[in-house]
Amino acid sequence: MKKQQVIPVISIQGQNCTGCVTSTLCAEYPAIKNILLSDIIPGVKLDFVFHPNLMTASGNLAVEMLEQAQGQKDYVLIVDGAIPIKDNGIYCATGEKEGKKYTILDEVLALTENAFLVIALGTCAAFGGIAAASPNPTKAQSLGDVFLTHKINKPLINIPGCPPHPDWLFGSIEEILLNGFENVNLDDFGRPKTFYGKLIHEQCPNRAYFDEGKFAKKLGDEGCLYELGCKGPITYADCPIRHRNGKTNWVIGSGAPCNGCTQPEFPDFLGDFYEKIIDVQVPVNERK
Amino acid sequence: MKKIVIHPITRIEGHLKVEAIVENGIVKDANISGTMFRGIEIMLLGRDPRDAIVITQRICGVCPEPHACASVKAVEQFVGLSDSITPNGILLRNLILATRTIADHILHFYILSGPDYVDPARVANYDGDDKDLSVLKSFLEQGYSKPFLPRDNIDYKLDDKTNREVVSHYLKALDIYRKAQEAATIFGGKWPHDAAIVAGGVSQKVTADLTTQFMWRMKEIADFVKNIYIPDVIEVAKAYSEYLTLGKGCANLLAYDGYLVEGKPLLNGGLITDIDKYSEIDIKNITEDVTSSWYDGDPVYPIEEKTNPSAKKGQAYSWIKSPRYKGEVFEVGPLASILATYLTNSNARVTELVDSSLAQIGGNIFNMYSIIGRHLARALEAEILVEEAVNWIESLKPGEPTTTEYNSPKDADGEGIGLVAAPRGALGHWLKVEKGRISNYQVITPTAWNASPKDKDEQPGPYEQAIIGLKVSESQAPVEILRAIRSFDPCTACAVHLSTPKGDLLGKYKVV
Repeated sequence: MKKQQVIPVISIQGQNCTGCVTSTLCAEYPAIKNILLSDIIPGVKLDFVFHPNLMTASGNLAVEMLEQAQGQKDYVLIVDGAIPIKDNGIYCATGEKEGKKYTILDEVLALTENAFLVIALGTCAAFGGIAAASPNPTKAQSLGDVFLTHKINKPLINIPGCPPHPDWLFGSIEEILLNGFENVNLDDFGRPKTFYGKLIHEQCPNRAYFDEGKFAKKLGDEGCLYELGCKGPITYADCPIRHRNGKTNWVIGSGAPCNGCTQPEFPDFLGDFYEKIIDVQVPVNERK
Repeated sequence: MKKIVIHPITRIEGHLKVEAIVENGIVKDANISGTMFRGIEIMLLGRDPRDAIVITQRICGVCPEPHACASVKAVEQFVGLSDSITPNGILLRNLILATRTIADHILHFYILSGPDYVDPARVANYDGDDKDLSVLKSFLEQGYSKPFLPRDNIDYKLDDKTNREVVSHYLKALDIYRKAQEAATIFGGKWPHDAAIVAGGVSQKVTADLTTQFMWRMKEIADFVKNIYIPDVIEVAKAYSEYLTLGKGCANLLAYDGYLVEGKPLLNGGLITDIDKYSEIDIKNITEDVTSSWYDGDPVYPIEEKTNPSAKKGQAYSWIKSPRYKGEVFEVGPLASILATYLTNSNARVTELVDSSLAQIGGNIFNMYSIIGRHLARALEAEILVEEAVNWIESLKPGEPTTTEYNSPKDADGEGIGLVAAPRGALGHWLKVEKGRISNYQVITPTAWNASPKDKDEQPGPYEQAIIGLKVSESQAPVEILRAIRSFDPCTACAVHLSTPKGDLLGKYKVV
């Protein structure tokens, strides 16, 4: 038996679309099978004690497992999806045992208590995202907002993205395991700067077009996509360098404008997705 | 008489609950509930129609590209572009959608349904040299077992050797799922939630380099489908042969045309009743009933729907509505697409695959209406798509346009409909535009058809009908019920959506 640290991981889901899960299932190095079965970093094993899309158990047994997991200490709690608070949270019922019904709000309040780290995975959990899009019919909230309301004071990191790149999640966990949570540099929105430290615009291969003033007038044209609604100038993420899905491509690489999915404003920017951004000062090249 | 409640139903997309009344080991009645609601359609009101392509994908992160395809078709019909999408644009969308469908079917059989039929915890005695199995064995030897254990009682029926093989394919399926994501991202820019499917075509250009990158990934996926996935489904069908007659459901099938090339569908739409009677579909006969759903309103054609959420409605038990065709219950899914194509004799390869696989498991067309029949239809659809994908790749023209220019009608009124054969079946988007902004948007998803609750005539939905009459084992979560529900590949975030509330929100979303 190897001597190692075992960290339980509890993964729960609010008003989600499961896109955060299908994205992170496609982690590359380590691949998801490595993460499930082997050490994520030497000597540290993540133990997936509760994961709605992977676990064999359903129903009472699943709820029981969650109740038991809550009694453990020092686990990582990962939440994807937003938390509706209207009408006591009935818009996201997550489980039931012997007549007792749980909502995602109940689960979050119960499970944050013994967690050593809470991760808001995806833009819905981090900022409300699509679930909280105007007019926010269910009063969907981010994990951070729920923490504020209920005065919860736990280490929380936001891993936004619709969906987040798997590296943003697992890379952040690795960084915390290696360096400690207190040494991870977060921005004002709780995002690890390792992944969200720069604007898309600062790293974009189309930046030269922007500086020259060469703008695409319609999709498919050569040129910077700024006038077609690209949110790169106001969006923090390392997509231009990390790319997506095994580095095969990324949004701007495919000729489409960035839709700003890692931002707190997403999807309610002041303009439409395919209209030029109007609500910010765009950083321009200092030469100009 | 006792009531069994299973909530959550895990290993599906989303939040789903089943309540079953069991007497002498037989399910007498069942209620299926979708238990999560966001209100995506309300959020779309007042927005630019093209924004629906971005937002409706977020209905579901397991099958977003089908929503992109349905939405973009609705928008293009509204703009008047439907007939001018370039051949490259059509082929690229087919490739993105087909890759998604193939990937979802593999994910569903191995990762989501798999643990109902194969036992990953039973490889502790493995002594072979398969790398994945050796790692799993070592994992179990160190005392780990989650997420595979604990579990309720499951009557596993595969012999040790077959069980081990399928478990190793469970782990391989995760690799293949990732490779499918990579393939679709080559043309789609991102997965899930595609970026390149845009009004007018696909923004990604076609180059010889990209088509080759796509081709080799698709060949690897095709190899998995042909030589691993289909044989595994056949093995499971043989070992669990009683499931060839269980979970029959409503036995009415409905499909939309899938994968148009030069105006002809690869997979046929239509209606099937009485096992093998095919007829054409007229979507004007589709209505949504809300008798048992937490909404108010009468059954009407989607684009006319004006209903209200009603969270405290007494007799309701689900956020899912009840789509009906001429008031009748219909099941959708790959089963419907495959049988509609088979019964119209419109694709020789489909006919050959259905006949040969039924011969291998010793079944006939009646057995397609079953828990295993749904798995088989899904695998055959994957096979048809991997074969056809190679033809589509070869038809792509590097350097030729992928998009068509258009003028966005700024202040126009109009409508558009987008119908797609999605991985879980018939998906429809209905769009209404006033003064250039969305004034109504309706989505009827495959899982809304299948997981629908009882309607005004008290007809149970397809899931409910598949469960009623099942003989179940003594368990707090009988695996027979779970196998029946999972055989439909539930996608509940898709199923739960909502119509426009009374009162017009147009203009409330102020675009500066």
